[in-house]
Amino acid sequence: MSDSTMRVEAVSEDTAMIRFGDTISEALIPQIVALEKRIEQRLGPLVIDLVPSYTTLLVHYDLNRADFRHVLRELRHLVADLEAHPEDAPAGRQVEIPVWYDPTVGYDLEALAERHELSVDEVIGIHSGKSYQVFAIGFNPGFGFLGRVDDRIATPRHKSPREAIDPGSVGIADAQTAIYPRLSPGGWQIIGRSPQLMFDPEQDPAHASLLQVGDTVTFRPIDRDTFISLGGQL
Amino acid sequence: MNNLRIITPGWFTIIQDRGRKGAQRAGLTEGGAADEHAYLWANKLLDNPMNAACLEVLMGNFEAVLSADALLSVTGADLEFSINGQPAENWSTHPVQAGDRIEFRRPLNGLRAYLGVAGGWLTPELFSSRSVVTREGLGGLDGGPLREHDELPFGPQQATFRRQLAPRYIPDYSSPLTLRLVPCYQHDLFSPQDRRRFSSEEYRISQRIDRMGYRLEGPVITPEVGGIISEGIALGAVQVPRDGQPIVLLRDRQTIGGYPKIGCVSSLGCSQLAQRGPGAPIQFEFVTLESVQAERLLFNRFFAASQWHSSGEELVWP
Repeated sequence: MSDSTMRVEAVSEDTAMIRFGDTISEALIPQIVALEKRIEQRLGPLVIDLVPSYTTLLVHYDLNRADFRHVLRELRHLVADLEAHPEDAPAGRQVEIPVWYDPTVGYDLEALAERHELSVDEVIGIHSGKSYQVFAIGFNPGFGFLGRVDDRIATPRHKSPREAIDPGSVGIADAQTAIYPRLSPGGWQIIGRSPQLMFDPEQDPAHASLLQVGDTVTFRPIDRDTFISLGGQL
Repeated sequence: MNNLRIITPGWFTIIQDRGRKGAQRAGLTEGGAADEHAYLWANKLLDNPMNAACLEVLMGNFEAVLSADALLSVTGADLEFSINGQPAENWSTHPVQAGDRIEFRRPLNGLRAYLGVAGGWLTPELFSSRSVVTREGLGGLDGGPLREHDELPFGPQQATFRRQLAPRYIPDYSSPLTLRLVPCYQHDLFSPQDRRRFSSEEYRISQRIDRMGYRLEGPVITPEVGGIISEGIALGAVQVPRDGQPIVLLRDRQTIGGYPKIGCVSSLGCSQLAQRGPGAPIQFEFVTLESVQAERLLFNRFFAASQWHSSGEELVWP
């Protein structure tokens, strides 16, 4: 990371934006997460909230304790520190998500296979055959945007979204994949369903979302019985 | 436990405090009182902590009965507030007794009234906040707006006093509103002509407004690109979708989004906007970061340092 690629901008009276680059890249995420952790450790009480996303980190600070100039100075200091000690950058966690890939719950699985001239088993093999990085959390609590999906199965969203996507649904939108934490409308191509709880409001905020930006995710195909025994809902 | 029993829940009445802090990275919406200014006064009138939960009553049609004596405060929109059928002052405290019936009938000026109680409404906390975000179904009694027969707990009454805010601190929600905003985000992706049009011509509030955002109608402005890489959204961000009509994003905005944004409205401006309804005229004025910071800091200092005069009717600068 260097100062020349990283920019800090003011966006509102108590919010700053750090830009790490202009294109989505797997290489940026560890830098964003490393800086996020350092900001938490060093600037703790100055910071109200942090929102990492793809190429940026939004910093909401306490205007009663710091103004933008102060925040800017502190952030530059932390960036220089990170450059000097890149080995301290924490690695994201590994998370495995069990998925029952089946047309019963994966409404779009067969059509998606047909569209790409693949068999259903090939689609499953390709989707579960690689690991994904969490680029952002948003849209809904615990909704992680994972990338990148293999070009052979990358598929655009439906033109008009479905009104209700069941919780646990696993979808594809272009080169991204995601698990819907709760019942919500959505336009993603649904290929299966996971019994895994993605968001737990009983947990503290740091652990409520199973996924965090920087985590690495893999999908493990399971059968119907395993799906049910793990608490999956039909 | 003392409680407020809901007889008629109103159009959309929800519990709000200052919102959920530190949980946006889990995708949780910030939430919080849509008119933070009126909400803070509701607590200040009662000597409450600044984060005590209040009821945010949208446009009235609300009726409730108290199970015990209480000290209430009312601020924000004039929704024809009454106690036992008798009109009662806005921007005031009201000592009330067990069995008293309170009502907000209809909007006379502004949209959202705040009903505070000494010590705050003690509904369950979620991630250190009592705020309800209905889109997420989280917070409050059941994640939704109040319903008939709901009971809102509050603590035992400690003191009784009558206070009324001096008129000079009370905004007129029917006056024309100029929103001050900082140029930021994708401001440079808008042409100089569009920026000038945006800040010199008049917009009107559309029918499509809620706690997430206010969609405006007026001169079309078009950024160079239709979408950007999704990024964190600050309170007051003015997002411009493909139709060129700006949306001011408020408390219940999503945490990240991929539409270009031309600037960020001040937090105090967002409070005033949340009291306006469809058809109200809005002007935008670009200002410096320092000027909105100074405005907010002055407000914060005044709020923290000012005290009630011994007569209880006036705030004085110490």
